[in-house]
Amino acid sequence: MSKYLLNKFLFTVDRDPELVERYREQPRETVTWWEAQEANRLLNCVTAEASTWLAFDDTEREALATHDYPALFDLGAHPFLTLTLFIALFERDHDMPLGFQLEYASRLADRTLPYPDIST
Amino acid sequence: MAQLVAVIASTHHPFYYRASTATGQDRPPFADEWVRKIEAFRATLTRARPDVLVMVGSDHFHQLWLDNMPQFLVGKAPTYDANWYNEEREFGLPRMVLPGQEDLSAYVLREGLDAGFDLAFSNELRIDHSITCPIITLRPQADLPIVPIYTNIFAPPLPQPRRFVQLGQTLRQLIESWPSQQRVAVIGTGHLSLELGGPRQFGAHGPDPEFDRRAVEWIGTGDLEKALAEVTLESLHLPGNATHGFMDFMLMMGIAGEGNRADHVDTLDLFHTMEAYFTWYPNGLDGGSS
Repeated sequence: MSKYLLNKFLFTVDRDPELVERYREQPRETVTWWEAQEANRLLNCVTAEASTWLAFDDTEREALATHDYPALFDLGAHPFLTLTLFIALFERDHDMPLGFQLEYASRLADRTLPYPDIST
Repeated sequence: MAQLVAVIASTHHPFYYRASTATGQDRPPFADEWVRKIEAFRATLTRARPDVLVMVGSDHFHQLWLDNMPQFLVGKAPTYDANWYNEEREFGLPRMVLPGQEDLSAYVLREGLDAGFDLAFSNELRIDHSITCPIITLRPQADLPIVPIYTNIFAPPLPQPRRFVQLGQTLRQLIESWPSQQRVAVIGTGHLSLELGGPRQFGAHGPDPEFDRRAVEWIGTGDLEKALAEVTLESLHLPGNATHGFMDFMLMMGIAGEGNRADHVDTLDLFHTMEAYFTWYPNGLDGGSS
């Protein structure tokens, strides 16, 4: 598993308004593009000095491509990053204040302690 | 030498700004009580007449990232831009600019290193709601220079709780030995029980009211011994997956000192979290006059 890369995806998309919209509308295409173009970009470095070895495994790629945030929780993605980005994606679809956050909790209701390890 | 005139610890709820400024049907029913409590809390800082604020918070994966994550970082910049696009998006927080106090930053870094803390530093730190929320609540005019200190409370591996207490004890020594006539207040924010991105989030109360009750008692009475005896990195997962932010409260207990009761203790039970507010006057309100 590459929890670091899962987190890097969530982190880089969450901080870019255009990417947030692109990921909402075209999740699979965005994940494919991001893995090919962005996964190995060093965030504090010129693009020419990128890493060479980072990639999702099939389970991770599918979880991101299907907006499957319970699966991301199970994979040990950082829950703060997951929650924040998915609020940006889906809160707008709910009329009730905090509607998405409550749905998020409901969909994870059968998870019990200990939660998956989020260490990277 | 500088005077430590107030030690302030609180939660940092990013919805306060929106709730307190909302009007009409948008204003939540708990807003007025929340504002009253915050204004009473704000008065505890105003009374101390500080010249500079040391601000303890934690970057929420805004600037600091897993490719190069510091455990404890001191900002050393003349100016700090504040708040981020995704905080504006989610919480409605305004963009802010805060002045820095570079002399005290430099002193904390040099003396802190020599005292045994391998502190990271940043000459260009954009700060987030962990520091701007207490500015909004406690010093909304944002007119005092700050020294931001970031701790890592949510990207494992984390420092042990005792290390947060030790850093607090060291920060107090450093502030009180700073060769300056300035009046220093330290403001730090953390969490009681809190769940984010998990099944226990946004319930009727915080995820673990019993932990919150005990934590408020430890902080309010300065009972560091009991807090350290009952809290470990492992146990802090139990009251909620974001409860490691409690270690920033423990840091503030280290600054306030073992056994020192807070002069102001207040709480507010919001629907998904217990807000908590503490102020100590280390030299008393009169003893701190210059």
